[in-house]
Amino acid sequence: MLTCKDFLHELSDYLDESADAELRSKIEAHIAECPNCWVIADTTKKTIQIYKGMDPYPIPRDVESRLMKALEKKIAAGKA
Amino acid sequence: MPVSSLADADETLLVAQSREGDTAAFGELVRRYEGKIFRLAQHVTQNREDAEDVLQETFMKAYEHLDQFQGNSKFYTWIVRIAVNQALMKLRRRKTDKSVSIDENIDTGEDTMVREIAAWDEDPEQRFSRDELGGILDTAVQSLEPPYRSVFVLRDIDELSTEETAEALGLSVPAVKSRLLRARLQLREKLTRYFKRKGDDAFAYM
Repeated sequence: MLTCKDFLHELSDYLDESADAELRSKIEAHIAECPNCWVIADTTKKTIQIYKGMDPYPIPRDVESRLMKALEKKIAAGKA
Repeated sequence: MPVSSLADADETLLVAQSREGDTAAFGELVRRYEGKIFRLAQHVTQNREDAEDVLQETFMKAYEHLDQFQGNSKFYTWIVRIAVNQALMKLRRRKTDKSVSIDENIDTGEDTMVREIAAWDEDPEQRFSRDELGGILDTAVQSLEPPYRSVFVLRDIDELSTEETAEALGLSVPAVKSRLLRARLQLREKLTRYFKRKGDDAFAYM
């Protein structure tokens, strides 16, 4: 039987689906019995989901235009 | 190649065309990833000026060394490695500021620390506007210690694998795993303040 501490140590692998079948069933047995750990598993999973694929803000125009200028200069120098 | 079809062009093709000196193709690769690289650079350096330097240096180096790109990893993973190296060099040059060291020794003994336990709404993000949500998520990430922040950004925002993250940061796989766990648990706590189900309190499930 897994303790709450064991559960926390294995949480990332469980959520990343990299825990093996045996560990997975032990974790599922634990969270079925332990409401606190169930909440931790569920809210950590939601934390990961909410960040995943979060689009970056559009790059500021001045930053982009300086980047493009620097690259053009570099490319021109390479061709020279 | 007409501009309209560049935006849908396959990445392998764009890389091949860039190698042959097609600057429009390289420009399209830059446009695809500049936002992510700039965000990553800002997260690692925590300094907009440095982040802009890192952004420029990353794409200049990528262009320069395009022939070294093997094609057995994703182009993005390859430029992330360049960007992380450039960002770390910036940090090393800024030696006086110790708070930004990425490879400092950290105590992972407290990674099991959990203070707040409260269930969230089914779709917690629905309660906030897109901008509000972006602000909440960014502030939470920025408040992480640098060693945790970099691992979290690469692994969970940019979705690199554990091995790719380890390689990009020069860390061992177990170090990435323990930092990631700690980062996730800390963020979970920070976000619980915003996303917990209304009417619930920390002890509702005890």
